[in-house]
Amino acid sequence: MTALLAIEDLHVCYGKVEAVHGVSLHLDAGQIVSVIGPNGAGKSTLLSAAIGLLPSQGRILFDGQEIGRLGVEDRVERGLCLVPETRELFGEMSVLDNLQLGAYVRRESKADRRRQLELVYARFPRLAERRTQRAETLSGGERQMLALGRALMSRPRVLMLDEPSLGLAPLIVDEILAIVRGLREDGVSILLVEQNALAALESSDYGYVLESGEVAVEGRSDVLKSDERVFESYLGGV
Amino acid sequence: MTWDIALILSVDGVAGAAIYLLAGLGLVLVFSVTRVIFVPFGDIAVFSALTLAYLEAGRWPPTIALVAVLAAITAVKEVVAHLRHGRVAKVPAALGTWLGLPLLACVPAQLLAGQELPPLVDIALTLALVLPIVPLMARLVFHPIAHASTLVLLIASLVMHFLMSGLGLLFFGPEGFRTQPLMRGAVELAPGFLVSAQVLLMVGAAAVLAGLFFLAFERTLVGKALRATAVNRTGAQLVGIRPASTAALTYCAVSLLAGFVGILIAPSTTMYYDSGLIIGLKAFVAAIIGGLSSYPLTALGALAVGMLESFASFWDGALKDVIVFSLLIPALMIRSHFSHHSDDDVEEEEV
Repeated sequence: MTALLAIEDLHVCYGKVEAVHGVSLHLDAGQIVSVIGPNGAGKSTLLSAAIGLLPSQGRILFDGQEIGRLGVEDRVERGLCLVPETRELFGEMSVLDNLQLGAYVRRESKADRRRQLELVYARFPRLAERRTQRAETLSGGERQMLALGRALMSRPRVLMLDEPSLGLAPLIVDEILAIVRGLREDGVSILLVEQNALAALESSDYGYVLESGEVAVEGRSDVLKSDERVFESYLGGV
Repeated sequence: MTWDIALILSVDGVAGAAIYLLAGLGLVLVFSVTRVIFVPFGDIAVFSALTLAYLEAGRWPPTIALVAVLAAITAVKEVVAHLRHGRVAKVPAALGTWLGLPLLACVPAQLLAGQELPPLVDIALTLALVLPIVPLMARLVFHPIAHASTLVLLIASLVMHFLMSGLGLLFFGPEGFRTQPLMRGAVELAPGFLVSAQVLLMVGAAAVLAGLFFLAFERTLVGKALRATAVNRTGAQLVGIRPASTAALTYCAVSLLAGFVGILIAPSTTMYYDSGLIIGLKAFVAAIIGGLSSYPLTALGALAVGMLESFASFWDGALKDVIVFSLLIPALMIRSHFSHHSDDDVEEEEV
């Protein structure tokens, strides 16, 4: 079966410094794949390159087609979507405006857009309550929900999430990860980059451990959880 | 100064403010979406005013040639770029966008120029001719350096101003032109206080255009996309908004605003090929008061500039421009006092 998203031998440089060295990664339809690793391992760089924010060498295949030379907007149009660590919301605009802009790429009727908006509101009721509020006034958890909601407005086929739990209270993290798992049931495939390794592996089907810009270990998430090296290094070793 | 004089000066000030409002909105729009400080705004307004003057006089406006040449150069550049990257399928669309559409705007003017036409037709032809100028020039000049620093973009913008000013002299000559007032007569606003209908038209048109501008930005998805690009460029890309498209749309809107400015100002002010810089600079003062980002503050700035200019010309006509530009000093001091610096900025300064 062809992977929905296949990254092959990807190299990413910041100037003369190579941050990602020949990483290969596969994501099948309906799968959640996690990428874990320490700070500076190249996880966020990998996602930025996959969406086209950073130039890269190697192959990026989406649904069997090479997208490595396409711009960010073309990749988004094909159904690839990134929720970055920094969220990149439109802070001075309302929650509703942010969500509507999420569907910008869809070029669909107002009625379809409204239907999708209601689905997002159903998934994130707090966004419905805050619809007229400016995005910059939301709490951390609400911002993450808005970032996810905005991404869902574009009806992505592959959603790449960069540190969705970053800076959030444990209860909110559980809520966010439960929503992420729920997205898979709606047919969205997810590439999850997360420092909270245990939470990431518990939420995913398959995992990659990135160290110094290279894949150190990969395997099914339940297997990785019991891998001694992963356990020692990333799961607290207790 | 008596109350009568103060009232007359205030009306003049509001009329001037109407012009600076439109120009200021244009400058803020371009800067917030593309980071370009669009110095040639006033020059485009001058081209609009002089094109209208030529059409009214039954002469062939050289603006037609300018648009045709710009369209041809831009189309060649785009086609070559597509062919070099092997994107042959995109060539027809590029030809249609960068050659077909601008030439379409030239056709009616080419057919009708030299005839005696109703004023509204002259205005429509002028706007149609001015509309493609900024998008075409921006595609040639700013698009290839879109990621350059603001300083580089400013230098390119200054070069464009000098180029437009030189072309203005070449096309229209050194003599000044005024166009026919769009409305004649006066309206009595209060007993014994007459205001020219043309001034009311200027203020009304500016208010309507600014209102439409506001509605487009607040109520339409495309307007929101422009705001989003201004607020967060990366975020905009991540939802599929194309910076090149928003930039093209922005330049079209600015071209149209400059076109209206030229049409509104020309009946009351004699326009020369080099009148644009002073209009642009005064609008820039208004835009600076708005921090090159806030439309309401820019509107207030435009009002301040218009009023100050009007009263300053009464006190000392020779110093009026100096007085208006001096407004920058308190404006910058106030903005500096209230602006927030991020930690990154502080670190950069320390380095």
